[in-house]
Amino acid sequence: MAFEGIGASVKRREDGRFLAGRGHYVDDMNRPGQVYAAIRRSDRPHARIKSIDSSAAAAAPGVIAVYTGADMAADGIGGLPCGWQIHNKDGSPMAEPMHPVLATGKVRHVGDPIAVVIAETKAQAKDAAELLVIDFEDLPGVADIRAASAPGAPLVHDEVAGNVCYDWHIGDKGAVDAAFARAKHVVKLDLVNNRLIPNAMEPRAALGECDVSGHYTLSTTSQNPHVIRLLMGAFVLHIPEHKLRIIAPDVGGGFGSKIYHYAEEAIVTWAAGKLRRPVKWTAERSESFMSDAHGRDHVSHAEMAVDEEGHFLALRVSTLANMGAYLSTFAPSVPTYLYATLLAGVYKTPAIYAEVKAIFTNTVPVDAYRGAGRPEAAFLLERLVDVVAQETGIDRVELRRKNFIPADAYPYQTPVALQYDSGNHEMTLAEALKAADYAGFPARRAEAARRGKLRGIGISTYLEACGIAPSHVAGALGARAGLYEVANIRVHPTGSVTVFTGAHSHGQGHETTFAQLVADQLGVPFDQVDVVHGDTGEIPFGMGTYGSRSLAVGGSAMVKAMDKIIAKGKRIAAHLMEASVEDIEFKDGAFRVAGTDKAKALAEISLAAYVPHNYPIEELEPGLEETAFYDPKNFTYPGGCHVCEVEIDPETGVTKVVNFVAVDDVGRVINPMIVEGQVQGGVAQGIGQALLEGAAYDANGQLLSGSFMDYTMPRADNLPNITVGTEITLCTHNPLGSKGCGEVGAIGSPPAVINAVVDALKDYGVRHIDMPATPEKIWSIIAANRPKMAAE
Amino acid sequence: MYDFAYQKPASVADAVKLLAGDAEAKLLAGGQTFIPVLKQRLNKPSAVIDLAGLKLSGISVSANSVTIGAMTTHATVARSAEVKKAIPGLAMLASWIGDNQVRHRGTIGGSLANNDPSACYPAAVLALGAVIKTNKRAIKADDFFQGMFTTALEPDEIITAVEFPLPVEKSAYEKFRQPASRYAMVGVFVAKGPAGVRVAVTGAGQNGVFRVPEMEAALAKSWSPDAIAGVKVSPEGLNSDIHGSAAYRAHLITVMAKRAVAAA
Ligand SMILES: Cc1cc2nc3c(=O)[nH]c(=O)nc-3n(C[C@H](O)[C@H](O)[C@H](O)COP(=O)(O)OP(=O)(O)OC[C@H]3O[C@@H](n4cnc5c(N)ncnc54)[C@H](O)[C@@H]3O)c2cc1C
Repeated sequence: MAFEGIGASVKRREDGRFLAGRGHYVDDMNRPGQVYAAIRRSDRPHARIKSIDSSAAAAAPGVIAVYTGADMAADGIGGLPCGWQIHNKDGSPMAEPMHPVLATGKVRHVGDPIAVVIAETKAQAKDAAELLVIDFEDLPGVADIRAASAPGAPLVHDEVAGNVCYDWHIGDKGAVDAAFARAKHVVKLDLVNNRLIPNAMEPRAALGECDVSGHYTLSTTSQNPHVIRLLMGAFVLHIPEHKLRIIAPDVGGGFGSKIYHYAEEAIVTWAAGKLRRPVKWTAERSESFMSDAHGRDHVSHAEMAVDEEGHFLALRVSTLANMGAYLSTFAPSVPTYLYATLLAGVYKTPAIYAEVKAIFTNTVPVDAYRGAGRPEAAFLLERLVDVVAQETGIDRVELRRKNFIPADAYPYQTPVALQYDSGNHEMTLAEALKAADYAGFPARRAEAARRGKLRGIGISTYLEACGIAPSHVAGALGARAGLYEVANIRVHPTGSVTVFTGAHSHGQGHETTFAQLVADQLGVPFDQVDVVHGDTGEIPFGMGTYGSRSLAVGGSAMVKAMDKIIAKGKRIAAHLMEASVEDIEFKDGAFRVAGTDKAKALAEISLAAYVPHNYPIEELEPGLEETAFYDPKNFTYPGGCHVCEVEIDPETGVTKVVNFVAVDDVGRVINPMIVEGQVQGGVAQGIGQALLEGAAYDANGQLLSGSFMDYTMPRADNLPNITVGTEITLCTHNPLGSKGCGEVGAIGSPPAVINAVVDALKDYGVRHIDMPATPEKIWSIIAANRPKMAAE
Repeated sequence: MYDFAYQKPASVADAVKLLAGDAEAKLLAGGQTFIPVLKQRLNKPSAVIDLAGLKLSGISVSANSVTIGAMTTHATVARSAEVKKAIPGLAMLASWIGDNQVRHRGTIGGSLANNDPSACYPAAVLALGAVIKTNKRAIKADDFFQGMFTTALEPDEIITAVEFPLPVEKSAYEKFRQPASRYAMVGVFVAKGPAGVRVAVTGAGQNGVFRVPEMEAALAKSWSPDAIAGVKVSPEGLNSDIHGSAAYRAHLITVMAKRAVAAA
C-alpha cells in the first residue's frame, strides 16, 4: 500500500463524487410538500419605500404567502447581527445601523430584499413577485467611498452622520511623526484596492424546514453552520439551539462569501415555521452578483520614511474602506485587525501608524473575501516598497533584503500588535528567484523587445496571518464569537475512525487531508478514517472554515482529541497487559509495553473499550471517543515570495502573464498536492484581481457589472503555468506546526503582477497602476508617454 | 422564463404561417441569445417557433458563391474545408465566436437576425458583400443592417440562407475581445472579392457594423498593413463603456485592421 500519511499527495477522495456529478448540494435537496421562495429585490440604489401593495401577488396562482419587512417586524424579528464591534479613535463604539432582513422604510442598494413570495412552484413564485406594486421615492445614492465621505453626501442611514461607520487607528503616531521628521526620503503612494464579486460556482441556496414539534432544520450553503445556528437562532429568529439544526452539505466554493449569515437563511427558516412546509430558495446568478457580500474596495494613501541607506524608518497609512449599505457579519474586522495589523509585512519597520475610516455606501455589503484584509495590506506594502526602490534608486531585491526581519529575530513583535512566531523570508525569496530564473530576466526582456513586446518582472515578499486567535484577544478587539475549533474523534469498536470536525470543506479537500492526519497519528489505514463536517446535528460545535484556519486550528483540535484517545488507550492497554501506564508507549498504531515485545493494536484496545469484559471499569468509562476544543495561542504567519513575469502588447495594452512562481512558507504540509492546488487557485484569483476583475457601479449605485457579460472572471487562457514551491518553517505554537495555505495565493500575487506590469512600463515614466490593470489603462499610459529612452 | 407555447414546424411555409398569425410569436434558432433573454424574463413571447425542423442547415459551394443555410452552426462553418478554402477569414471568424458549446448551438441566421452590435458575423457579411436570403427575397448586406439589434427583416420574414459571392482573393478577421463576454469589442473583417476591397468593423459602433472607406481606398491601392497604419478612425459614434472608451476603440480599429490585412 502506498504511503498515505502526513506528507503524501493522496488523491482527493471527495473528487470521485464531484467529478461524477454526484455531489449533494442544497439545491439537490427536495422535501415532500416543499414550496419555493422568490425574493423581490430593489432595482434602485437608494429609495424610500412609500407603500407595498401585495394584493395582486397574493392572489396569483399557486401563491401561499407574501411577506414584507412589516410581517417580520410583527413577529418580533429585528435585523441581522454583526459579529464584530470596532471602537472609534475616541473609544466610542462604531455606528451599527439596523440591517433589516427585509427592507423597511428604505432600500439601500441594488439587490436589497424587499419582500418574499412563497408559492407551489418556482415559476409561480417568480411570476407573483413581479406583481408586487412598490411605490418608491428615489433618493440620491452614492457608491464611491470618496464621494460618500465628502461633506453633503447622501446619507445611506439617516442616523449615521457622514456615512462613517467608524474612524479607527492603530500604532504610535508620535513615533511615526518623529521618524518622518528625520527621514532622508519620504515616498508617497495613493492606491485603490478594487472591489471584487466572489462568484462561487454554486450560487447560494437555503432550505428551511420545521417539524410538528417545532424543530427547525436549515440546509444552507455555508462555510460555518454552527456560527449560522448561533447568529440566526439567538439573534434573529429566537429559536433555541436544541431546536435548530443547520446542515451545510457539499458546498461549491465560498471564498468567504458563504461565511456570513444572510437574509435568505432567516427568511426560509421563519417562513417554514409559519407555513409548516419546507421552503426553498436558490439564488440565480444575477441575484448572486447583487446579494453575495463583495470583497475589498479600499482607497489608501501610504507614506514610507526611509533613511540614507534605504532602511524603512516608519510607515504611515490612511485608508477609506467601503462597508456597503449594511454591516455584513464580519465586515468591520476586515479593514482593521485583518489589515492594518499586517502593515509591517516582512519588514522590521520600527514605527507604523494607520488610520481607517469605514464608510457606508449604496452598494452591496462588503466583507471578507479570500485573504480578507491581508491582500489589501500586502498590495499596499509591496507596491510601496517597489516605489521606494524606484525613487531611491536601490535595487528592489536588495531593498527588501535590507529591511527583512531576519530569521534569527523570531519571535518578532511588530509595532502593530501582532507577534510573529516564525518565518524565513530570505529563504523563500532566494528559492523563488531561482525558480523564476530572475537572473536571466534581462535577456528575456531583450528578446521580447525584439518581438515588439514589453516584458516586466515583479516580485512580492508578503506575509499574512491565519487562524485568527486566541479567543480572548479577539474578544478584546471586538469579536463577538470565540475563535477556537472543535474535533470529535470516535474510534469504533473494531478500530475504524470517524472524525467530526467543526471546520467545513467547500473545495479544500478536508475529507482527504484530515483523514490523512488522523490515519497517520493513530496508525490506522487511510481508508479506515472518515471525516464528517457540515451538520450541527452531528458535530459537537465548530467555528467553520475561513481565514485559512482549518488545518492550523481544526487540525490541531484533532491532535488534541487524539492525545486524549491515546492517553485513555494507554490506561486500557496497561490494564490488559498488566503493566503500569507509565510504561505504555503508543507508536505505529499499537500500544507497547516499553522494553518488551508485548503490544496491543488500537483495534484491540477499542474493542476492549466497547466490550468491557476485561476492563478497568472502576477507573475508566467504557468507549473510545474524545472531543477537544482547541483555542490557539496566536495567529499563524504564512509568508513567501511570488514572482510574476508579464508581456505587454504596446499596441493594444493587453498584458499576458507568461510565468508565475510562488514559493510559500505554509508550515507543515499534510498533502502537497492539495497545497499546490490551493496556491494555484489563489494565484488565479490574484491574477484575476490584478488584471481582470472589478465590480463597477455608477456614481449613484447602479451595478454596471451585474453579470458575466461585464464582470471578467479569470479563465484558463488568462493564466500561465503556475509553479508552486514550499519552503517551510514550522509554526511554533500549535501541535502540527502548520500555518495555512488557502489564501496565500490570493494575498501574495496581486502586487507581484502589478509590480511586473509597472516594470514592463518603466520606460514610460509610470509609478503605479491601479487594479485591474486593464488593456485600456495600460494603452493610455503608453499612448500618453513616449518612452523616456526615445525622448532622451 | 415565462410560459409560452412551443411549436416546431416542418417547413418554412408553416413557420411563416405561425409567425404571421401571431404578433407575439418569436423564432428560435440556436437559442444562444434568445434563451438567456427568456431566462432573464426580458421577453414574453406567446409562442416560440423552433426552426430546427426546417432543414435550413448546410453549406454548398458553386463557382460563384458559398451558400450557408441559416441554421448552420458556427462550429460547422469553422471546420468546413470548403469554407476554409474559399473564404478562410469566414471560417476563422466562426471559430472565434463564443466557446465550444456556443459554437455548436449558435447559428449564422440567428446571429444576423439578432444583429448584436458586438456580434462577429455582421462584419464578414458586410465586408464580403453577402446576400441574405429569406422566405420572401434576397437582401444585400448593404441594406440589411440598420442599427443595433435592427435589420431589414419584416416581422414575418425568416432568413433561410446567406450567400457569399466568390471568388474571394483575400479575407481575414481580427477580433479584440471584450474581456468579460469575449464578444467583439472591436472586430475588423478585411476582404478583397467581388464586392471590392472592404473593411467592416463590428463591436465598436453605436449603430452596429460599419465600413471604413479611407482604409478601403488605401488598401485598394496597396494591400499592406502599412497602407492603413496612418488611418485614424474618429471616436465619434463609437461605443464607450466600462471596458473601453470610444477613443480606445477607435485606436483598436486601426490596430485590428492592420493585423487582419497582415493575416489575409
Ligand atoms: C457565451 C456566449 C458567447 C458568445 N460569443 C459570441 C461572439 O464572440 N461573437 C458572436 O458573434 N456571437 C457570440 N455569441 C452569440 C452567438 O453567436 C449566438 O449564436 C447568436 O447571437 C444567435 O444565434 P442563435 O442561433 O443562437 O439564435 P437565437 O438565440 O435562437 O435567436 C436570436 C434571434 O434571432 C432570431 N432568429 C433566429 N434565427 C432566425 C432566422 N433564421 N430568421 C429570422 N430570425 C431568426 C430569433 O427570433 C431571435 O430573436 C455568444 C453567445 C453566448 C451565449
